[in-house]
Amino acid sequence: MKNLVILGAGTSGTMMANHLVSNLPKKEWKITVIDQYKTHYYQPGFLFLPFDIYTTKQVKKNGKKFIPKGVNYIQEKIELIIPKENKVKLEKGNTLDYDILIVATGTKIAPDETEGMNGPEWYKSIFDFYTYEGAKALRNKLREWEGGKLVVHITEMPIKCPVAPLEFAFLADSFFKHKGMRDKVDITFVTPLDGAFTKPKATEALHYLLEEKGIKEVTDFNIERIDYENNKIIDYADAVVDYDLLVTVPTNMGDALIERSGMGDDLNYIPTNKTTLQSKDYENIFAIGDATNLPASKAGSVAHFEAEILTENILRFIKGEALAEEFDGHANCFIETGGGKALLIDFNYTHEPVEGTFPFPGVGPLKLLKESRMNHMGKMAFRWIYWNMLIKGIHIPFVSATMSEKGKHFDKVN
Amino acid sequence: MKKIIANREIDVNEDGYLVDFTQWDREISVCLAGECEIVMTERHWEVIEYIHDKHQKEEPLSIRGIKKSGVINIKEFYALFPGGPLKKATLIAGIPKPKSCI
Repeated sequence: MKNLVILGAGTSGTMMANHLVSNLPKKEWKITVIDQYKTHYYQPGFLFLPFDIYTTKQVKKNGKKFIPKGVNYIQEKIELIIPKENKVKLEKGNTLDYDILIVATGTKIAPDETEGMNGPEWYKSIFDFYTYEGAKALRNKLREWEGGKLVVHITEMPIKCPVAPLEFAFLADSFFKHKGMRDKVDITFVTPLDGAFTKPKATEALHYLLEEKGIKEVTDFNIERIDYENNKIIDYADAVVDYDLLVTVPTNMGDALIERSGMGDDLNYIPTNKTTLQSKDYENIFAIGDATNLPASKAGSVAHFEAEILTENILRFIKGEALAEEFDGHANCFIETGGGKALLIDFNYTHEPVEGTFPFPGVGPLKLLKESRMNHMGKMAFRWIYWNMLIKGIHIPFVSATMSEKGKHFDKVN
Repeated sequence: MKKIIANREIDVNEDGYLVDFTQWDREISVCLAGECEIVMTERHWEVIEYIHDKHQKEEPLSIRGIKKSGVINIKEFYALFPGGPLKKATLIAGIPKPKSCI
């Protein structure tokens, strides 16, 4: 009996368990998933929780429900990966051997990386919305906040779901309009990049949204520290932005386990082959989702496309065949723009988001890089798709793992 | 597109970044630095060397990486290449603009 061990039961790990249980011969392979946490969060919902659009119940479920039968599920903290011995050590001292290891330990916020962030004002006037706790604390704050300077801020790239901070700014604009207090709130978007969108062509096409919503923009801002006593963020070039309420996306880092095991880069991400998803250092270790150092978005859609390709590659690896260099960095993201509308973008390593129709070329019904109510419905429907299809590893019809160039206007936005 | 730098025809992209590193030499750097109103010193060259090294190893450049480089601290990096130091330093080094845009 051989062992395939998956570290992490988040979006990627759960998907891989579901894919592999139906693809690996049960008599030959034992599949084990290890994760210390009981709750599986619908992380895209953390964007909506602060605005009371989603309830806390809508964004969390018991993770065990999604681990398929026939998979050994261990709920314990992982102490160490020992790649040279093909072993994983657990907190209570047990050791597991593996023939194949899949690392799906994700990414976490690291507010300690910025001076003054994780201090006395954390969850008082400084918040994140990338954790359940942060999003919930921010919801409680926004319910009673009387207005002032709201600063939405990105500390450094890469971050999970790169468009989420901008969506937050758009939804904040809608939220305060509905509360009849938009005139009391000044919204500023602060980013280390040179534009609000993370892709240059999208920035060009969508800049009007910021103007339309009266959101100010501060670009090329690399934060050095937060002066929490005087409510200021300060960058390395001594630029200063004042805030009353700071909603920041702290530095994102891979799990501390990766650092402890000596397997990560500067940010604890696993150096991974960007087309095959095999780790660069060990041929029987694969990485998926936010845990990798791939130059792709850290997003559930990316993990979903990766999972389909990684499953094929695991099967090839077992047969001793060459791995397919197939993953193209495909990402597909809805971007909430407020007021019940959303955008949809579809892109990969080499193609920036462009205008067009999705998923049916020339038909849609979803429009790429254009605001519409239909796209918003798509985003809202996605929560159901996530819980019922995506993490169960069910293929989403008409959406292929690699990006389709059909129905897209590549020359139009060039 | 082509651009005349140091009396030579050099291939650059729309932002003025070199597209073919084999066309780069120190003279090109000095001219590009001049356009950014930067006068190259020994410290500048040390940073350019570090950037070339990272580029060769295909390791992404970042402000965090600079912090850990052991070559220079971030304050000095900003002082040497005022404005957007990563963007300017890579332009002068003749390599593509860093892609943190993902």
